[in-house]
Amino acid sequence: MVKINGEKLNIAGKTVAEYLATTNYDPKRIAVERNGDIVPKSQYGDTLLCDGDNVEVVSFVGGG
Amino acid sequence: MWEVVKLIPTKEEWYKALCERHGEDIQKKFTSATVAICGLGGLGSNIAVALARAGVGKLILIDFDKVDISNLHRQQYKANQIGVNKTEALSHNLCEIAPFTTVETHCVRITEDNAEQLLDNADIICEAFDDAEAKAMLTNLVLEKMPSKYLVVSSGMAGMGSANTIKTRRVSKKLYICGDEVSDVNVEGSLVSSRVMICAAHQAHTVLRLLANKFEV
Repeated sequence: MVKINGEKLNIAGKTVAEYLATTNYDPKRIAVERNGDIVPKSQYGDTLLCDGDNVEVVSFVGGG
Repeated sequence: MWEVVKLIPTKEEWYKALCERHGEDIQKKFTSATVAICGLGGLGSNIAVALARAGVGKLILIDFDKVDISNLHRQQYKANQIGVNKTEALSHNLCEIAPFTTVETHCVRITEDNAEQLLDNADIICEAFDDAEAKAMLTNLVLEKMPSKYLVVSSGMAGMGSANTIKTRRVSKKLYICGDEVSDVNVEGSLVSSRVMICAAHQAHTVLRLLANKFEV
């Protein structure tokens, strides 16, 4: 299981890009951290999610 | 009319007063810190005032924009500053409020090409943009290229929602996010001074807590 924003999902083996494609996140408005480290946008397609990974997707909204 | 007081306290008197309020150990940390504020709108201008009042030693203020009449309901500018660069107007206002905080200004748009150079000297970076894509760009860039720096970002403070839904969350070791993470100005349609100031205060307070070595929220 992979923990994404606190929720356990059965997506081990997928890449970050493959996971994001199943969501409504706007790729231009997010930052993704995996086990405490930023995943560079250029590596979304190469970064495999593994069992036990802890992922945070920070999704920004406008206003300031 | 009250008379304009021309004499301001000395630097030593100012520092002593801050030490009495914050404690000398913490004040030393505030005074020796450099904090960068990216975007000088409703968030950034209020963060800057809070940090300058707290006696943070140096602020790096970055914004490409000028003061507009539509800013005045929530941003720390005055009616007679419309049309002035925000960097210049805020630096002027901070000088009146807290004359011993050093202010460095950059009237430019922060991009992937200039961010590292602009932010290199900062101990802590505040993201205070209004545009969601710009927020994400800076967050990705700082975490990728400047992993040693603390980054305090914001998302979700538009509209008339409850004040109590604005909070600070520690996402990871160096990344903190303030806001309700939901209220989008493009959906809510409004930005209200008090709610934006609450979010700005969360960001400023997170900065001060980090400087005081308090890392948990």
